[in-house]
Amino acid sequence: MALQKEKTPVKSQDPELRIKNFDEVCLGYNKSEAVQEAGRCLQCKDPACVKGCPVEVPIPDFIKAIIDDDLDRAAHIIKSKNNLPAICGRVCPQEEQCEKLCIMGKKYEPVAIGRLERFVGDYALKKAGVSDSRPAKIMKKKEKIAVVGSGPAGLTAAADLAKEGYQVTLFEALHAAGGVLRYGIPEFRLPENILDQEVSEIQKLGVEIKLNVVIGKTITIDELFAEGYSTVFIGTGAGLPKFLGLPGENLNGIYSANEFLTRVNLMKAYKFPEYKTPVRIGKKVAVIGGGNVAMDSARTAVRLGAEEVSIIYRRSKEELPARDEEIEHAEEEGVIFRLSNNPTAFHGENGRVKSIECVKMKLEGIDSSGRPVPVPVAGSNWSLEVDNVIIAIGQTPNPLLKYNTPGLKTNLNGGIIVDENLSASIPGVYAGGDIVTGAATVIKAMGAGKKAAQSIIKYLEEK
Amino acid sequence: MYKIIEKENLAPGIKRIRVEAPLIARKTHPGNFIILRIGEFDERIPLTVADYDRDKGTITLIFQEVGYTTERLGSLEAGDYIQDLVGPLGKRLDLEGCKKVICIGGGSGTALLYPIVKAFHEKGAEILTITGARNKELVILEKELRTVSDKLFITTDDGSYGRHGFVTDILADLLITHSDIDLVVAIGPVPMMKAVSRITPANIKTIVSLNALMVDGTGMCGGCRVTVGGETKFTCVDGPAFDGHQVDFDEIMNRQSYYQEEEKHICRLGREVNS
Ligand SMILES: Cc1cc2nc3c(=O)[nH]c(=O)nc-3n(C[C@H](O)[C@H](O)[C@H](O)COP(=O)(O)OP(=O)(O)OC[C@H]3O[C@@H](n4cnc5c(N)ncnc54)[C@H](O)[C@@H]3O)c2cc1C
Ligand code: FES
Repeated sequence: MALQKEKTPVKSQDPELRIKNFDEVCLGYNKSEAVQEAGRCLQCKDPACVKGCPVEVPIPDFIKAIIDDDLDRAAHIIKSKNNLPAICGRVCPQEEQCEKLCIMGKKYEPVAIGRLERFVGDYALKKAGVSDSRPAKIMKKKEKIAVVGSGPAGLTAAADLAKEGYQVTLFEALHAAGGVLRYGIPEFRLPENILDQEVSEIQKLGVEIKLNVVIGKTITIDELFAEGYSTVFIGTGAGLPKFLGLPGENLNGIYSANEFLTRVNLMKAYKFPEYKTPVRIGKKVAVIGGGNVAMDSARTAVRLGAEEVSIIYRRSKEELPARDEEIEHAEEEGVIFRLSNNPTAFHGENGRVKSIECVKMKLEGIDSSGRPVPVPVAGSNWSLEVDNVIIAIGQTPNPLLKYNTPGLKTNLNGGIIVDENLSASIPGVYAGGDIVTGAATVIKAMGAGKKAAQSIIKYLEEK
Repeated sequence: MYKIIEKENLAPGIKRIRVEAPLIARKTHPGNFIILRIGEFDERIPLTVADYDRDKGTITLIFQEVGYTTERLGSLEAGDYIQDLVGPLGKRLDLEGCKKVICIGGGSGTALLYPIVKAFHEKGAEILTITGARNKELVILEKELRTVSDKLFITTDDGSYGRHGFVTDILADLLITHSDIDLVVAIGPVPMMKAVSRITPANIKTIVSLNALMVDGTGMCGGCRVTVGGETKFTCVDGPAFDGHQVDFDEIMNRQSYYQEEEKHICRLGREVNS
């Protein structure tokens, strides 16, 4: 058989159609496509791809199981390391991780590991119960463990600890579990029913989820210990939206990406008036920022009926932090990229934003993060008429818990300070995910949840 | 699920419910609020905790029916359930060190003032309370306020009860006749809080409680942002109480009005369904 140099294509919804609905864009492989793609894997003896995976999924092994038509085994292999494969297969930046290191990728396109993972993840969900997410017989342990925050870090830590037999309670401030997976990432990239199923798989492991509990407010960390919890894992994420600090930023019609996406995803404002939470999007929308959050916001605005959606980003296309796939999808959906521009002020009329004043930027030199430094071009100010602005320039760690937990040390950015075992400054308290690193990725948060679970197990066994 | 134990109509369109919420009852203090979502399809709305009973594990909420969600909440009866309720949120009020305070409530804001007056009373402060309503029917909690205030003044816009006029008329008099006021607390419609903050001199600390639009109530969305002293603050975590002399009231009024059309739309739909 001739070597297939390119990834097996995956079907997706036609851009013309999908801009009118919130259904999933990428449709995923069917079985024959998956088997075809799996056949491209070289089955390296010392697989480089695994080194690129923050949770070290044995990639060639699960791909081999696909080739062998043993999908139960494939699911079992992935789930031994990754509790949320149907999610990771959809949202992980594989091009920077496993697929970046794939040997095939040196000459041709890498193996589509992400698409294969999604295929297996979806299979496992369909057959939930058959795959062995339900522990065969675990010895129940007496220790109670509290996990704070139900994003990927918390879900992973909770699952790993429950698999060891600990009694895990997961506390979530919102009325639904999932963290950013629930309130941030839109339905067309990660359908809610996939998340619901993955969460219920974790509940089946024995994890008790308590919604509507803000740790630090409803219950403090001290009270958790007093109630008999042996250890606490904090995975409260990077929920604090950054604003630009520009004049006019509090005009009506200007949303943080978090607010906009929360209204649409968590509160289902896209189904208004069936769902009662409103979101107001006019004809012309500008999204400030160039990351995944900005792409999600722009593409959501398109689906809500905006006619002209622009991304305003201060560097050039090469530096856009979003995944290539997200940028491509946004372009296909008609999003306009106004690159090398930076807003300087928002102007309004009758209390509503009417235009953004921008200045053109040029790139000069390199900053400490290795990225070119954008500097304003004098006299290049121009203005863009808008009905709405969505500010997607990043989030910092959520400070709520810190305010209410004396003794919990944080760094200048608000991140909880931890040692190499993810142990925080209070004995028995561990932390991981975006609350430690600042806004990062789903899989890194999961990696941290895993690592913390291991540290907690060790701590409890040695105690 | 959070059970409604008791329901009472305080005045036309103003209702009081007592809800089972033991974790919140245990921790709430004057100044705190909760966010609730009645059911799967509903909005999340903030309501101030108007009272609590730590032993019985209940909290009391008082609200005015001003839109779809509050009307729907008002249609629930004792025995019904609220799906989601989270709190206590926001910063508790610092009540320490005040000997003599003026507490002002306007409209249903009077209900939110009550726990504060009560707490000051328990701390032994001297309290001059002013409550204002549009007319006699809408005067609420008179008896309760009288028991915990040293003096109670009532105003109505139409003169049907108490003094004809606004709370600020009485405030202006009190500021002249009492030179030893430590603190003024005002809760009610934004124009009232704005007027109060204009009247009180800079050396009398004036606290107002802002009812910004909210979604999560945990500092995650920034929808509740307000400008205080030239800086952006989040009402849900930095407030809801702020220094009235520093607040940009016009900005809040503008931001509160953003979804008026949508609100009318669902209210109309709601009434069609109910009729
Ligand atoms: C719009 C958007 C799109 C993204 N797209 C991608 C993508 O495609 N791929 C990718 O890899 N990453 C993506 N990311 C980043 C990724 O989602 C995050 O890095 C990841 O979710 C962090 O996980 P976490 O568990 O640390 O925290 P979170 O997912 O933020 O979860 C934290 C949870 O803790 C809860 N919480 C906070 N404080 C408390 C408290 N005091 N008590 C109880 N609960 C509390 C919060 O409500 C929240 O549910 C995206 C982020 C956003 C916002
Ligand atoms: S309500 Fe979302 S930040 Fe305050």
